[in-house]
Amino acid sequence: MVDNYLRINTLKFRTIRVFLALSLIFSTLNTLQAAPSEGGEDEAFNPGDMIMHHILDSHTWHFWDGFTVYLPVIVYSKEYGLEMFSSKNFFDENHNTVPYKGYRLEHEHIVHESGAKIYDFSITKNVAALFLNAIFMLVVFLSVARAYKKRQKQAPKGLQSLMEPIILYIKDEVVKPNIGKGYEKYVPYLLTLFFFIWFGNLWGLLPGAANLTGNIAVTATLAFFTFVITNVSGNANYWKHIFWTPGVPLPLRLIILPVELIGVITKPISLLIRLFVAISAGHIVILSLIAMAFIFHSWAVGIGSSLVLVFINLIEILVATIQAYVFTIFTSVYIGLATEEAHH
Amino acid sequence: MDLLTPGIGLIFWQAVVFLLLVLLLGKFAWRPILDSLRIREESIEEALRAAEEARAEMARLKADNEKLMAQAREERDAMLKEATKMANQIKEEAKEEAKKISAKMIEDAKAAIEAEKEAALKEVKNQVAELSVEIAEKLIRKTLGDKKAQQALVKEFLAEANLN
Repeated sequence: MVDNYLRINTLKFRTIRVFLALSLIFSTLNTLQAAPSEGGEDEAFNPGDMIMHHILDSHTWHFWDGFTVYLPVIVYSKEYGLEMFSSKNFFDENHNTVPYKGYRLEHEHIVHESGAKIYDFSITKNVAALFLNAIFMLVVFLSVARAYKKRQKQAPKGLQSLMEPIILYIKDEVVKPNIGKGYEKYVPYLLTLFFFIWFGNLWGLLPGAANLTGNIAVTATLAFFTFVITNVSGNANYWKHIFWTPGVPLPLRLIILPVELIGVITKPISLLIRLFVAISAGHIVILSLIAMAFIFHSWAVGIGSSLVLVFINLIEILVATIQAYVFTIFTSVYIGLATEEAHH
Repeated sequence: MDLLTPGIGLIFWQAVVFLLLVLLLGKFAWRPILDSLRIREESIEEALRAAEEARAEMARLKADNEKLMAQAREERDAMLKEATKMANQIKEEAKEEAKKISAKMIEDAKAAIEAEKEAALKEVKNQVAELSVEIAEKLIRKTLGDKKAQQALVKEFLAEANLN
């Protein structure tokens, strides 16, 4: 029984190791291939452009030269209404950008020749990654849920036993102690939040993947949900502490009031900046190390930076988990502060 | 799309997809998973409690058994004691009875012996009297003879009487 368990575990670890090694190799190869083409034959290699191209969102999903997925463009403007077409229309055979139906792609921004205000709802690289992440989560957790239904009252098995300790950890060690009484109704939201950020972070480390959770739009939306949930669940005690902090002399109250009001806003803003910065910075560090080989035109530097890269990538896997954990625990803390009952 | 300016499209899709995820996962994944976990937790707790109860029950049964055993042993001892006492009593009584009977028999025997003795003595007395009378008769009959002859006769008679 124990032997069997150990064997399965070793197998799992071996699979994870192989997977990590392969992803590292591919990410390096991918960038090696991609990088020179960014600069082109004549232009000098510009690491800044290469890095930004990898970090930022795009209307195409470039896996490697010769394999680019052109994603659908969805634009809305008051003047021209809703329009949908493939982003392939913006490129000619030589990979130069060309206008289409009066729309032009300028540094990944879609503008109209008439200067009309354009709302871009395109399925960009990040939106596609978002869909894939969501589908992945649904597949994983619906199958886990099925396993629970099928194996009622039995010990967990397979994917279920991989997820169960994480689910229990989030529920019992993160949500429960920080929110306290009535924590149950926040558990589904916080579990979704944790796994969305965690999987998003991990996918982002894969070669050719999008920098989904390192995008400020994504982290801002998640932080906004936290902001809404915190303030909607805020009880009388929470608002009283903000507007009329008890046990404090009147002049101080006048100072505390604006501070507290700013605090309501800064809490979610700290969440959105922390996640965005941690993930984007990690990607920038990895890409910078890869870029060093091309800046120095040296095999020695390339090998040296690749060795460092292996460790940075491992650290990034750790950061991916820590950031998901931190976002979840702080959201729990904020909800806990808002729902806390008066105790003095 | 610059690093620090969130795109409206991504915000829109992120909001829609994330809310859908919360709803779908909440209904079809988290609820069944958390319910199952709770049910499992409760069933394990229940099983542990049942085991604890069974152990207590066992202990109680054992204590009961021991008490019953002790009681039975006590009863047995009491019965044994009673029986011994009864047996002793019966033995005593029998002994007493035997003693009484034997005493009576001895008494009876003594009485019979006494009676026999009386009777024998009476007979001896009668015979002595008869003999005396006979001797006297014979003496009287021979008185008229000489004195010597008389004495010899008496001697003879006495010898005869002795022989008798």
